[in-house]
Amino acid sequence: MRHSPAPTPSQTVGPFYGYALPFPRGGEVAPDGHADTITLHGYVFDGAGQPVPDALIETWQPAPDGSRTGAPGSLRHDPVTGRVIGRDGVAFTGFGRVPTDADGHWTVRTLPPGGVSYISIAVFARGLLHHLYTRAYLVDKPGDALLGSLDAERRSTLIARSETARTYRFDIRLQGADETVFLEFG
Amino acid sequence: MTTTTQSQHPPLPRPRPLPDGLDQRAIDAEADRAQSAATPGNHPPRDYPPYRSSHFRHPEQPLIPVRDPEAVELSGPAFGVTDVTALDRDLTRQHQGEPLGERITVSGRVLDREGRPVRGQLVELWQANASGRYAHQLDQHPAPLDPNFTGFGRCLTDDSGAYSFTTIKPGAYPWRNHVNAWRPAHLHFSLFGTAFTQRLVTQMYFPGDPLFPYDPVLRSVTDESARQRLVCAYDHDLSVPEWSLGHRWDIVLDGPSATLFEEGEQH
Repeated sequence: MRHSPAPTPSQTVGPFYGYALPFPRGGEVAPDGHADTITLHGYVFDGAGQPVPDALIETWQPAPDGSRTGAPGSLRHDPVTGRVIGRDGVAFTGFGRVPTDADGHWTVRTLPPGGVSYISIAVFARGLLHHLYTRAYLVDKPGDALLGSLDAERRSTLIARSETARTYRFDIRLQGADETVFLEFG
Repeated sequence: MTTTTQSQHPPLPRPRPLPDGLDQRAIDAEADRAQSAATPGNHPPRDYPPYRSSHFRHPEQPLIPVRDPEAVELSGPAFGVTDVTALDRDLTRQHQGEPLGERITVSGRVLDREGRPVRGQLVELWQANASGRYAHQLDQHPAPLDPNFTGFGRCLTDDSGAYSFTTIKPGAYPWRNHVNAWRPAHLHFSLFGTAFTQRLVTQMYFPGDPLFPYDPVLRSVTDESARQRLVCAYDHDLSVPEWSLGHRWDIVLDGPSATLFEEGEQH
C-alpha cells in the first residue's frame, strides 16, 4: 500500500486578498465580442440576508466544444511593466475569477459550456474557513443525476434564472431558508 | 520628529474597543469547547464560533455528495508561462527599492493525496508586510506601509512539484475578532491542482510563534497534527548565504483526482 500523505488544511481567504487574487478581465471569460456570450451574475448573501462584499467567486467550465482541458492565458503579463493584464480577448481559458463588489454582486461573461448544462463555482470569503463548491445550471435538465437527487425546493437553488435571452441570475446564499446547495466531491 | 512630518501626517486613529467587549478569555473558552466537541478531520469546520465571522457564513445544510466520474470539477484550469513570469516569485524585486524586514525563502513541494508531485500548477502567495500591514485600503492597522512591498507573488510548480518564493517575513497584526486579537505571522497560499476539486486556499505559519494558542483561525483546525501541517520548518539548507533565511513547507492537495475515478477507487 502506498503512503498516503495527509492533506494540508484549508484556511479562510480573509478580507485582504484584493490586490492578489482578482485580476483584470477576470470575469471576461468569453472572447471579446463573441456572438454567443452569456452573462452569469448574482449576489452573495450571508445568513442574516446581508450581501457579502468580500467574497471571491471562481468559475470553471468546459469550452463550447466540450473540451475540459482549459487553456493558459487568463493572467497574461504586460512584458514591459510586468503587470497582469489578463486575457488576450481571443482564447477561451474556461476559468473565471471575480470578487464581489460592495453590494455583494459579481458578474462573469462567458460562453455556454459544451456537453454539460452547468458552470462549476467555488466560493471563498472572509469568515468561510473552507471554500464551497456549487453549480449554476443554465437549464433545469431533467436527467441530471445531481438535480434528480434533490427535492424541488433545494434543486431550485442550483438553477440560474434566465433574465433575458443571454443573461442568467444566480444568487448564492451561504446560510438560511434558501441556502444554496453546496457540493462535496469524492 | 519634525514639525513638517507632524503636519503631513495627522495622528493615526487608535483601535476602538469592540462594542461587546468579548475578550481573549471568552474566545479561548469557546475554542476549548469547539476542540472537545470536534470530530476528527483534516479541514476546519465551517461553523467555528470563536472565529466570529463564520457565524452567518457557514451553510447549515449538509453538503451534497457528488460521485459522478463525468463531473466537470474533476478537470481543472490550466496556467502556463504566459501567466507567470520569472520575477513573480520574488516579492522583494517588485519595486525600485528593497523592502524592509527579514528576507526569507519559502520552498516546498505540492503533492496529491497519493504522494505524487503536482506539476506545472499555479501557486499564489499574498501577505502583510514586515510591520503587519497589508497593502489594501481596508487595512487601517496603524503600522507603516512599505512603498517597496506589495506582498503578492505567483509561481508554477516544476517537474518535481516544487515551488519557491523569496519574500519578507510578515509581521503579526491585530484584527477585530475580539478585544486584543492578534494574528500570528502567516502567508496566504492559493493552490490549483489538476482538478478543480483540489483547489486550496490556506495559510502558512512560522514555527514557535507565541500567538498560536490565541488565534481562532489557526485553532479552527481542531486536530493537532493537522494544525501542525500549517507550520513550516526552518531549513538551513534553504537559507541563501548573505541573503535570506530558508523555510520549507510542503503542501498536500485534497480532493479526488480524475485518475482515482478511473482506477475505480472512489466509486
